[in-house]
Amino acid sequence: MKQRKVTILGWAAVVTLAATAFFGIVVTPPDVVQRQYVRFLYLHPPMAWVAYLAFGIAAAASILYLWPKTRRMAFDALALACVESGVLFTGLVVVTGSMWAHPVWGTYWVWDARLTATALMFVLFLGYLALRRVGGSPEQVAKRSAIAALVSFIDVPIVHFSVLWWNTLHQGPSVLTPGLSSQGVHGAMAWTMLLSFVAFTLLFAWMVARRMELERLRLGGTNRSLEEQLAARRAEGVPA
Amino acid sequence: MLRDAWAVFAKDLRIEAKTRVGLWQVLPFAVIALVTFAFALGPGKSALSAAAAGMCWVGVAFSSVLVVGRSQGIEREHGVRTAQRLAGIDPAGVFLGKTGAVAVQLAVIEVVLGAGAVGLLGYHVHRLWLLLVASVLATIGLAAVGTIYGALTGAARARETLLPMLVLPIVIPVLIAGVRCWQAASVSSAPRVGEWLSVLGAFAVIYIAAGVVLYGQIEEVQ
Repeated sequence: MKQRKVTILGWAAVVTLAATAFFGIVVTPPDVVQRQYVRFLYLHPPMAWVAYLAFGIAAAASILYLWPKTRRMAFDALALACVESGVLFTGLVVVTGSMWAHPVWGTYWVWDARLTATALMFVLFLGYLALRRVGGSPEQVAKRSAIAALVSFIDVPIVHFSVLWWNTLHQGPSVLTPGLSSQGVHGAMAWTMLLSFVAFTLLFAWMVARRMELERLRLGGTNRSLEEQLAARRAEGVPA
Repeated sequence: MLRDAWAVFAKDLRIEAKTRVGLWQVLPFAVIALVTFAFALGPGKSALSAAAAGMCWVGVAFSSVLVVGRSQGIEREHGVRTAQRLAGIDPAGVFLGKTGAVAVQLAVIEVVLGAGAVGLLGYHVHRLWLLLVASVLATIGLAAVGTIYGALTGAARARETLLPMLVLPIVIPVLIAGVRCWQAASVSSAPRVGEWLSVLGAFAVIYIAAGVVLYGQIEEVQ
């Protein structure tokens, strides 16, 4: 992606995040039951959405890398960028979920289905990042990582259903239901929540684009000799 | 593919029969794990019998890491992997054969731990068919995912730490469903047995299919 487009993406994320903060803190009212804690609604669900989106894209990119006809290093970079962002957002989902759970459920952690599934997903993809550090040629790392991403991702629905039958306390989905009002989220709160989904998705897209660019530079760097890299840096006028 | 699988399966089990690494190292580890859990929980008969199924399956999950590590160690020695490639052995056959050999070793561990649970922890078996079906499905799933990750981490210097980090989180559904089925097998009737068996069955089928499709690519990165 062109640098200019990435910059526009970054600014769009900043603007929508600022708007989310404004609507979420100033415009929307507190909840009758949850009071001010309801404002986690504009933080926690969109982060969870981005985490699942990230791992889904990483799995799709991994399939495209493993398929010989579509094999490109860009797909490996996309999978890496998505997993790194996904792990970050999954960690934040667990943290914000605990902060929200304490006043609402009276505890920071319960062995609830979705909490447990999310924490497991975090650990699964941490393993992916650890595996990437094993070493080897860029092609070996890419193929090994693509297989690991795929193997981990197909475990996500199995984990989901097994922990769902195991134990559940969590409320039903807040957005992916036939009517938002059925879950008590409506009016300004509903629109602010949807805005937060857009904002966090834009932030995720910007993070992925920046990380892919870094990975491209890193791979470009490993393919060039030290002298060539120094010459390129000197040509930029940056002290090497 | 099935002929190659049988050859690899028989080769791995013959090596284990001769070296007895599983018998003298992995099996004692599993038993020690079971006894250690019992010490941690205390001598109360009711607490031990309630936790027996969980203790057994945690022991099996930890042991699976050792069995898989050993299974892949055989491949690294004496250029076995290169010889298999030169002989034109189907990678899917290698995967199925190694998974089968790992599954047999895990089944032996489960029998020993199950006997330990009955003898030491007061676990009762009311529905043997459920115990057997759940154990077979869970073992296949554990062996399949272990063989995939064992091969993926085979070339890593830190494979001893990397393998449990990758395998243990992914087999959590097997652990949950296996424990629930063993608990259900100890009473005359229990809800959701079909759902737990379907989790175990789905896990086994999905990871056997994934291994058959991906093992050729996994061998390329070793």
